[in-house]
Formats: sequence, structure tokens, C-alpha cells
Amino acid sequence: MYTSPLREPLIRGNKNYKQVTDDILSPMAGKPSKYWYAGITLAGIALLFGAWATFRTVFYGIGEWGLNKTIGWGWGITNFVWWVGIGHAGTFISAILLLFRQKWRTSINRSAEAMTLIAVMCAGFFPLIHMGRLLLGFYIFPYPNTRALWVNFNSPLLWDVFAISTYFAVSLVFWYVGLIPDLGTVRDRATTKIRKAIYGFLSFGWTGSARHWSRHETVSLILAGLAAPLVLSVHTIVSFDFATSVIPGWHTTIFPPYFVSGAIFSGFAMVLTLMIVTRKALNLEEYITLNHIESMNKIIILTGSIVGIAYLTEFFIAWYSGVEFETYAFFNRAFGPYAWAYWIMMTCNVITPQLFWFRKIRMSVVLTFIISIFVNIGMWFERFVIVVTSLHRDFLPSSWTMYKPSLVEVGLYVGTLGLFFTLFLLFIRVFPVIAVAEVKSVLKSSGEKQKTTDHE
Amino acid sequence: MNRYITAYYLDEENLLKGLGQLKAKGLKIRDVLTPFPVHGVDKVLNMRRSRLTRVAFLAGAVGALLGFGFQAWIFTIDYPLNIGGKPFFSVPSFMPVTFELTVLFSAFAMVIAFFMSNQLGPGAKALIHDERATDDRFLVVVEVDDSRAEENIREIELALAEAGAEGITIKA
Repeated sequence: MYTSPLREPLIRGNKNYKQVTDDILSPMAGKPSKYWYAGITLAGIALLFGAWATFRTVFYGIGEWGLNKTIGWGWGITNFVWWVGIGHAGTFISAILLLFRQKWRTSINRSAEAMTLIAVMCAGFFPLIHMGRLLLGFYIFPYPNTRALWVNFNSPLLWDVFAISTYFAVSLVFWYVGLIPDLGTVRDRATTKIRKAIYGFLSFGWTGSARHWSRHETVSLILAGLAAPLVLSVHTIVSFDFATSVIPGWHTTIFPPYFVSGAIFSGFAMVLTLMIVTRKALNLEEYITLNHIESMNKIIILTGSIVGIAYLTEFFIAWYSGVEFETYAFFNRAFGPYAWAYWIMMTCNVITPQLFWFRKIRMSVVLTFIISIFVNIGMWFERFVIVVTSLHRDFLPSSWTMYKPSLVEVGLYVGTLGLFFTLFLLFIRVFPVIAVAEVKSVLKSSGEKQKTTDHE
Repeated sequence: MNRYITAYYLDEENLLKGLGQLKAKGLKIRDVLTPFPVHGVDKVLNMRRSRLTRVAFLAGAVGALLGFGFQAWIFTIDYPLNIGGKPFFSVPSFMPVTFELTVLFSAFAMVIAFFMSNQLGPGAKALIHDERATDDRFLVVVEVDDSRAEENIREIELALAEAGAEGITIKA
């Protein structure tokens, strides 16, 4: 059999199955490194800042935020959309790439999906906290109540509740079902009684029986088929929060595809930011190779270009529509008092990803890391620009105003960053960061060894 | 419980080759334990196609009907509310919730069915024949005919050895 010399192996370094298990599970054993402690301390401090801000918001109310009667949506919704968007990459990798039979996903799907779950938790925090009275959170669920009222099923904000909670629940199930065989591996390698008991419980009694595997594959495939349209629906519905309103700058039909590609764009940037650090810190460079980074960078070029075209289209249509308010909203975005935010967004989201057309940059770990940070920043500013610049000069010039976040709002944002990194750092200690069984199943067809053993 | 014999292979291709030979000799293979899904084992074990997909479809249909019906009932019969002059029975705005419930029901029902049919669940006890079966060993479990145990064991051992299996162990 002839194998193309051009195709690089997905897993480097001539591994056998045992080595794969050892390499991937080794970060879970032993004491964490001092970098891990430093990271979790820093994240913990950020989390405490967030706890303080949450306390202020709940105790004193939403008046602690920098919002005013013109700008009723500020950092809260910006952060919500940013976090949900980041979550999308994990589902994209594990569901859509599975349906497209992209084998390179096996090295990154586990941690990307964990990132999804954590990001959605961070996102869900903002709609909850912005109610001011957390106790009334259950009002958004349709249940028979003494007020004899149902929720408003015509409201995109309600659709959001359903979309985000379904997204979280299904992602969690998908992630955990994939994790069960690996937890079985961890259980069988455990040396202490407590570890064996805990992972024995978590592994749901997995043995690796061929019958179980067959059903496991069916379930994974169908779950991927369900999660793929789900992930597209989630950011579509998030974009409806804006698109179904009548605010110039929000009321555009381009929003659903533009938001979805923006979400995948920012999500891949965050995956890269995390993976580049993780692969180095946990010595997984042979599993998450430069090829993986390059593949992700290619997705960044694609989605980044879609986002760039969406920006230009939006601008063109605002002018071409001839609607005075629409035209003004966009002119004000680019040249008004928030122009600095607009141009940060344009630079980070439209120009920087285009650098990935150069293979040298795509293959450079350091440059990729820097650009991924730029994209994260740019995508945060995109949401900020959409939310704030569309509101701050409304139909009544006497109520035109500016918006600045208060320290409490900053605290809430920093707090979710703290939560994100705390949970991710805990994740890499207690669960296998790479899907061990899935990597083993592609080792023969795509590993380095294949060249020497397979064809006699 | 019947007595049984376990043996392992170190490679999935040898496993598949060996399984073919064992099956030709008429051995009763109870189970095959592998660290990752090996395609082809299902044929040897005569496994039916999984019916989990039907569960997924049916539960999804229930979710869709329930989601749509619930919203329609609330907005047309139970408590019609005039919201911005929009029609009470407005199909497009019921779609997002209907879709989400379809996915939710389908996914959860299928995963619950998966756990039930495999008898897996939180804290379920695993019968571990060989701890390396989740690492790098491909384990075959062969049943012993108890009515003529001694004779049968010898036959199986011979067949396993001929089929290239290692670590042949008799267990009860």
C-alpha cells in the first residue's frame, strides 16, 4: 500500500498504546508544578474580586453598575455574548468535525469541550446577575404559578433561556459520555484505594466491552448530529436578542450567520490560547502538534474572513438602505466618540487573522499565541461596539450620553475570567485532557508507526 | 456463574484474525474487551445494529410535539396575551423553543437508554477481568461448557494458543 509522504502523522514519536496512556494520564499523577499553583492563585484572586462584585450587585442592586437610562445594556451583555461565543469552538470541534470525520480533532476535543462547558457557565452568570435579584431567576421558566402567568414565548430573551440551558445540558452529556471510557482507564491504573473508588464511581462501571463500544459509537455519532445544529442555533438565538429589536445597528438580518461565525472565530482563538500553554505545560507536544495548530489557524482565517465581510456588508447596507438612522448608527460607530473601540475591533478581527495566510506565521507557536490573544480582545470589542454604540445615541438627542463601566462591572468580568481559569486548571488535574481512547483509535492509521508496520 | 477463560492480544489486527479462527472452531465468545472501539468485532460477536437511533428519533419527536403543543396551548387557549399586536398562534416564534426541546429530549433519552442497555451508571460495579484491557490489551472472554468442563477447557486452551492469544487464564 502506498501512503502519501506529504501527509504528516497526527501523533508524533512512534508511540504504542501503553505510551499513549502513560503520556496523557501522567499530568494527573503526582504533585502539580509550581506554575499550576501560580496559575490557580492568580485565578483565585480574580475569582475573589468577582465574588466581591457579585456581593455588591446582589446587596445594593444594579445601581452599582455604570448603566444609565439610555444605555441599559453594557458590559453584562457584552460579556455574556463573548463567553457564549467562546464556548462554540468546543462543540464545533467535537460535533461538526466528528461528522466531517476530521481525525485531528481527537487530540483537542476533550479540552475544547471542557472549555465550552466552563465558558457557558461564565456566560450564564451574566443574565442571572443582571436581574439584580437572583432569587427571582425562576420567573423565566414556564411553570404553573399563583400569578397565573406564563412566560412570553415571543421573546428572544426567553428563547435564549431555552437555548443556553439546552446547550449546556447537551454539551455536558456529550462530554461526559466521551469521558467515561477514559475514566475507566484512570480507574484501572489507580494505585490508591480512594482514587480507585472515586474513578470507579465516575466511570459508571465501564469495562471496554465490544457491545458497549458499539453503542458508544452510535451514541457519540447521534449526539454529534444533535449538537451540530444546536450550536448553530444557540448563537443564532443570541443574535436574535439584537436582531428582532428595532434599534438601528441591531435590526439586521445578517446577524445570525455573522454571530455564529464570530463565535467559532473567537472560540478557536481561545482554544489556541489554552492549548498552546497546556501542551507546553503538560508535555503534550507530540499529541497537540504544530499541524493541529495550523489546522485551527486555517479555521481562524475562514471564520475571521466571514466576520470581516459581515462588517463591510453591514456598513454598505446601512448606507445603501438610505435609512437615515441606520446610516447614522454606523457612521457614529466608525467615527463617533466610540471610534477607538470600533477600530480596535476592526484591527484585531479583520487584519490580524489575515496574517495566517503566511505558512510561517501559521506554524509559529509564539505568533499564533499572540494573534489568538488579539482575536480574543477584538471579539470582546465587537460585542461592546454592537451593544454600546447602537444605544448611546438614541432617537432623542437630549438623552445622548456615554457609558463607562463601574469597578463592580469590571469585577464581574474579571471574576468570570478567574472562574474560567480556576475550573480549567482543576480540569487538567482531575480528568484526562486528551481523549485517550480516541487517540488510540487513530494511532494506527495516522501515527508515525504506521509507515513501518502496517504493510507487509 | 459459569467458568470462563480469558486471553489477550497485543494488537487489534491480531485480535480480529484470532477471533475469526476461534469462531470457526465453534468457541462461545462471551465478550471482547478493548481499550478503544475495534471495527469488525461486532460482526464476530453477531451484534445487531443498535436501536438507540430509534430512541433518539422517538424522543425527539415527543420533544418537538410537546414543545410546540405547550406553547400553542398557552398562547391560544390557556392565556392568550396580546404582545405588540402579534398573532396569538404565531408558528415562527414557537420554533426556537420547539427546536431546543427536540434536541434536549432526543439527547437525554438516548443517553439514558445507552446507560440502561449497557447497565452502566453512577457507581455501577465493573467486572474487571484484566486491568490492562482499558490500556493496551485486547481481551477475549470465552465461555466454558460446564457439563464437560475439563475436556472443554483443554480444547479452548489449545484453540486460543493456536489463534495466537497470550495470557490464557481460567476464571470462575
